[in-house]
Amino acid sequence: MGLKLKIKTPQKKERAFSKRFTRSRFGNFMYFFFLTAAGLFSVLPLIYAVATSFKPIDELLIFPPTFFVKRPTIVNYLSLPNLLSNLEVPLSRYIFNSLFVTVVTTIIYIIISAMAAFVLSKATFRGRNLIFLVIQFALMFNAYTLAVPQYLIVSGIKIIDTYLVYILPQLAATLGVFLMKQYIEGYVPDALLEAASIDGAGYYRIFWQIVMPVIRPAWLTVTLFSFRDVWAAIPNGTIFSEELKTLPQIVTQITAGGIARTGSAMAVTVIMMIPPIIVYLVSQSNVVEAMSSAGIKG
Amino acid sequence: MTPKKSKVKNGRTLIGGQGPMFVMLSPFMILFFVFTILPIITSILLSFTSFDLISFPKFAGIDNYRRMLADDTVFPVVVKNTLVFAIIAGPLGFLLSFLLAWFVNEFTPKVRTFLSFLFYAPSLVGNAYFIWKVAFSGDSYGYINSLLLSLGIITEPIIWLKNATFLMPIIIMVQLWQSMGISFLSNISGLQNVNGELYEAGAIDGIRNRWQELRYITLPSMHHMLLFSAVMQIQSSFSVSAIAIEFAGYPSVENSVDTIVSYLSDVATVRFEMGYAAAISVVLFIMMALTRAAVGKILGMSKG
Repeated sequence: MGLKLKIKTPQKKERAFSKRFTRSRFGNFMYFFFLTAAGLFSVLPLIYAVATSFKPIDELLIFPPTFFVKRPTIVNYLSLPNLLSNLEVPLSRYIFNSLFVTVVTTIIYIIISAMAAFVLSKATFRGRNLIFLVIQFALMFNAYTLAVPQYLIVSGIKIIDTYLVYILPQLAATLGVFLMKQYIEGYVPDALLEAASIDGAGYYRIFWQIVMPVIRPAWLTVTLFSFRDVWAAIPNGTIFSEELKTLPQIVTQITAGGIARTGSAMAVTVIMMIPPIIVYLVSQSNVVEAMSSAGIKG
Repeated sequence: MTPKKSKVKNGRTLIGGQGPMFVMLSPFMILFFVFTILPIITSILLSFTSFDLISFPKFAGIDNYRRMLADDTVFPVVVKNTLVFAIIAGPLGFLLSFLLAWFVNEFTPKVRTFLSFLFYAPSLVGNAYFIWKVAFSGDSYGYINSLLLSLGIITEPIIWLKNATFLMPIIIMVQLWQSMGISFLSNISGLQNVNGELYEAGAIDGIRNRWQELRYITLPSMHHMLLFSAVMQIQSSFSVSAIAIEFAGYPSVENSVDTIVSYLSDVATVRFEMGYAAAISVVLFIMMALTRAAVGKILGMSKG
């Protein structure tokens, strides 16, 4: 490779700084107390969801209510197909639709947002700041009122009742551009790009081979957000064909039930959590790997 | 590694020509224009009309705004509630998500991944907050009631979600639980890219403890991600609504947790007064934009 990257791979002295300064005993106590309390606070409800999804019906109605399950059963999961028995198309079709829409949208979203973020942070042209300001402020316009105009546009360009209804509007979300632009400005020094440019790398090459690797933590994070949002999205009145519907649309039928359905509702919640969790684990282990192999020198 | 402004050389860009620039920028910009900017412009125009979704919008001048600011008795209440949410949940979420990220970042990568997962987990599932409803259930089957009863702290179950005193703190708590994930993860990704050599240089230059490290190295290196996090917190704390409606219904007891967005969705989806709803969202937008500008000033990074 003729292109010499200035990304070196030094022994990362990542932890050195925290070892250098010790906390007081009180500080240490506060530190772990805070982390433990916050950790429990954020994760207990989810543990509860998992535990409850394995509870038999009598444990759901027991008094006083229990947190953990005593006699776990998978009946809540087994009964799901029955609850969904009036489906016109097989469950696998909904699963396929969800995965297909989510994966395709997320990949395209990362690429076009990263390209836009790169241009907006590193190229200089008139109107650049204005564009970015508009992107940033567009985040703040409330979605409720946008729904009607968006519906008109979606029907105007005739993509109602197609996969594109899931994909195209989501691609216009500004969060990805915003986050990646902040990241590029903060952590991709101009010197790095200049050096690559002097070495003869073109615009696209700089983007793919330098910017994208350096901002990997950012786009992996955006991947998570996008995957989560698309995975859970329910289009309003723009999908009619049963064979184009996604999982969240049939899930709401189940979670809307009363206490007798609590177990099933939790089971569905747990199932819906699994794909985002897998994406999280894969992408975050990649972030860690990326960070330990590429220290950047400004 | 202080971020520098791109240098303009004879009007050309730092990195290559105009052609590739437009190729890379246009896919997003086209979609952004069609699916975000056009609807926003349409909404702003609709805010000057009377529109019931059936007949064509009728021009109404500033009637909607006059009604909102002068006649509507609900509007001041929802504005007050929204501001309370924003003032408490916004800064709290911003600080907590940074503190947690800062703490978690001290661990080895494996532990860090695990801890990050704990703190990001609530954001994983869009509507997982309904789990909290079970905890705050108003009869003695509710977990909080059951716990307090068995400890003898209360003798009668408290109907949490019908009590104006408790509703606000509960909603704020669940809102924080649900919405901190984005800021937290972006802070983590920012912290991981702070140049480790800066810390070494800092130690040589006389930095003596963690707080000084935080003040002079970490925060300045992080300011781009902090701005992102602040904007996300503004966005989420001004838009509290789904959780409030789910927990307290609309309207809630004594309107205690009705927010602008709750009101907005009622006006738009129940009463079908789209013109009025659009006007409300324009005012909400102006409130958020002003907050964003103020926060930029406070954090000393208004340029973003």
